Amino acid sequence: MTLPNGKRKPEKLVAVGNGMAAGRLLEELLARSPGRYEIAVFGAEPRVNYNRIMLSPVLAGEKAFADIVIHDDAWYANNGVTLHKGKTVVAIDRAARTATTACGHVETYDKLVIATGSTPIAIPVHGVNLPGVVTFRDLDDVDAMLRQARQGGHAAVIGGGLLGLEAAAGLKANGMGVSVVHLMPTLMERQLDASAGYLLQKAIERRGIDVFTGANTQAILGESKVEGVKLDDGRTIDADMVVMAVGIRPNARLAKEAGLAVDRGVKVDDAMRTSDANIYAVGECVEHRGQCYGLVAPLFEMAKILAAQLSGEDSAAYHGSVASTKLKVTGIDLFSAGDFSESDENDEIVLRDPSRGVYKRIALRDNRIVGAVLYGDTEDGPWFLDLLKKNADIDAMRGTLIFGRAYQGGAPLDPMAAVAALPDDAEICGCNGVCKGTIVAAITAKGAASLEQVRAHTKASASCGQCATKVETLIAATLGNGYRASNRKPMCRCIDLTHEEVRGFILSKSLDSMPAVMQELGWKTSCGCPACRPALNYYLLCAWPGQYQDDAQSRFVNERVHANIQKDGTFSVVPRMWGGLTTPNELRAIADVAERFDIPTVKVTGGQRIDLLGVKKEDLPAIWADLGKAGLVSGHAYAKGVRTVKTCVGKEWCRFGTQNSTSLGVQLERLLCGSWTPAKVKLAVSGCPRNCAEATVKDIGVICVDSGFDIHIAGAAGLRVRATDLLGHVDTERETLECVAAVLQLYREEAAYLDRLYKWVEKTGLERVRRIIMEDRAARQALYQRFLVSQRAVRKDPWAERAAGFGLQEFSPLAIVMPIAAE
Amino acid sequence: MTCLSPNWFDIGPLYQIPRRGARTVKTARRDIAVFRTASDEVFALENRCPHRGGPLSEGIVHGRKVACPLHNWIIDLDSGLATGADEGCARRFPVKIEQGRVYLEMGMAVTP
Repeated sequence: MTLPNGKRKPEKLVAVGNGMAAGRLLEELLARSPGRYEIAVFGAEPRVNYNRIMLSPVLAGEKAFADIVIHDDAWYANNGVTLHKGKTVVAIDRAARTATTACGHVETYDKLVIATGSTPIAIPVHGVNLPGVVTFRDLDDVDAMLRQARQGGHAAVIGGGLLGLEAAAGLKANGMGVSVVHLMPTLMERQLDASAGYLLQKAIERRGIDVFTGANTQAILGESKVEGVKLDDGRTIDADMVVMAVGIRPNARLAKEAGLAVDRGVKVDDAMRTSDANIYAVGECVEHRGQCYGLVAPLFEMAKILAAQLSGEDSAAYHGSVASTKLKVTGIDLFSAGDFSESDENDEIVLRDPSRGVYKRIALRDNRIVGAVLYGDTEDGPWFLDLLKKNADIDAMRGTLIFGRAYQGGAPLDPMAAVAALPDDAEICGCNGVCKGTIVAAITAKGAASLEQVRAHTKASASCGQCATKVETLIAATLGNGYRASNRKPMCRCIDLTHEEVRGFILSKSLDSMPAVMQELGWKTSCGCPACRPALNYYLLCAWPGQYQDDAQSRFVNERVHANIQKDGTFSVVPRMWGGLTTPNELRAIADVAERFDIPTVKVTGGQRIDLLGVKKEDLPAIWADLGKAGLVSGHAYAKGVRTVKTCVGKEWCRFGTQNSTSLGVQLERLLCGSWTPAKVKLAVSGCPRNCAEATVKDIGVICVDSGFDIHIAGAAGLRVRATDLLGHVDTERETLECVAAVLQLYREEAAYLDRLYKWVEKTGLERVRRIIMEDRAARQALYQRFLVSQRAVRKDPWAERAAGFGLQEFSPLAIVMPIAAE
Repeated sequence: MTCLSPNWFDIGPLYQIPRRGARTVKTARRDIAVFRTASDEVFALENRCPHRGGPLSEGIVHGRKVACPLHNWIIDLDSGLATGADEGCARRFPVKIEQGRVYLEMGMAVTP
């Protein structure tokens, strides 16, 4: 349209929404094509445009509202933009090209931009509408929280994501007691992996904020106002205020009612255009290529493209964004970007510095960075993000990439030369502050020649153990040819520490979860491998009985499904027969099951049990249910655990029997069954030295004699045949039970995962075991008591639990798809 | 329906597959293992190890790999290839997550 004076009449552009996306769009547009449009902006909030992501510092009292205003009233006036504050657009008439506000104002447009942002999600639980339940979205929310904070009391924040944690930290800074309730096992699981989530949780808890993870909110309690939060495990948290911060959803209602294409958000193409050619959308309300964004950088990228489009640059196109995150809580540095989702040891680089609480992980694919997580030291975040966005080939700097930009360009050193080149005051052990000079002095002056000796003299590598390899290199460099490498065997490629060292640190540092172990001991992978994960799961289970949550996915299939996998993928089932005893009723149940489920092979085992072979996985729960009705329970024939106690008939029947070996075997099996151990444990009780139960090739064997019981340990009859060693003699059955349980507990607490009992005895020395069990009465009793405590946690029959429905999805296919053939 | 048009079948919600675990989908032609990694990626492979036919769905999932439960071959979930010195390949199938549900491309899954 041309005006009488020959100028083009500017087109009318109307923006619905005045958040960060709209604000940035205006800036970009005014810079590109000033005067091209006559612009009107409608904002639902009764104020000018402000930096929403800075609301957290406002809540925390670190900034005032005036500090976070982006465009003040003067800016709108100077740029000729009409701002309608506090006016919500409620309808769009696409045919008439008008937008109508709640108060009845009708505005016509040539081009319309929808920038309605997003709305907080409120979980649909009882009590969600009570006074005292707030969200964290705009300045009004912040004011409501601050009003409550001035009265003190306790706040429960539901949601341990970015927003929830910022709210929690802000409220804590205002003097409130704060609890964070998070549904997932680790905080900020969308942006962080488990290791960084662990460090974050520690940092949050250090501020005095309680963190409940894996916590599902069942209801918000209170009559007339909020009084607390109830979790579905029965726990309650008293609270005067509940902050709902579980997430946001695109606010696409207006667009939908106007008949625009809407899925999760307002659908736009690469030109930011909706399904109506005159209507665009930008920001958090948008769905682009199936993605919705809730972070600020993508919004700015969208705003830039849209401004170009509105300026007539038809080629400008938005291709989606790589999201990066920072948590705005003072004193907590974390950064995440891109897809750091699962990677493995060959395509990830991990750096952990336990003493500084630093964790860095870069995920690679084809020598290109696809994602990064940084915790504790985030300086290089933007650099990694830049490499990621540029899709840069990092092969040449792979060796030093993780150390950041400052360390690029140098050639990698031979580790021996690197250590030799260090000055004497270079710190080798960060935890204990031990310098190179101190270690060299211990080697040269005190004759320390092994890692253990250096550790004893200097405390180097005695805390987190990360520097163990460095210390060894230093010993080798100092002693030259005089150094004989120890046969320390690292646990796996993820870690330089041995199994025994890891076990020691789990106790001394009270590490009670897998992420805790991996971070504090400096795992070189982000989440372990099939070798270390089952070992760690066992170590944690053994160290913290009843407290550590078993990780089924870190167990070998046999222990996960409580049956033995066979070469064709079927399973074998071995019910427990206490001491090898059975009854007609049990045998009948086994026979019935074998027939009912077409079990192809039924066999007697070497441990005096009956083995049902060739069972289909999906039949397992039903078979267990049938066996359970006859009183049969799991025989743990699949477990790194106590398997069987084999017995002879003993003096009850045998003319040579000296003691009641069968009944002792049953007692032993009832005491020990269900216990997880480093490797399988088989026992036997023979009623006389003729040893019909073959007790002298078992892990633990008891041989009855006239005067009492000889306790043998460390036998084996598998890959290696090894006769037992005599541990000692006791007079009574009661003492036998106590000694056997105590030995088993010592083995459970000390052995490397997968080391059979004899291997552990060979490493630690029979004499030492004998002294502890047979001579140190207090030690033996303490071991026995600890064993009883650990048994409390495993007193449930795993078969009965599963027959009753626990973990049933393990045993059924996800789906059965038999297409109806129509060709 | 032509063989080119993808036949995406909804096989269930993602949460039904354990993190760092797998579930199977039974089809007339074969069993397919659908894996879920720690960070909620999904992959689908024929549920047979290229070595001796072991059920890969029963293996320990680590990173984007699975260790076969029978003889500990390590199979790459993305490519289906055996890693390390072992040679062999498990057949891959297209799989995707949309709005929390897992979809398997059945056109491929039913071809011999």
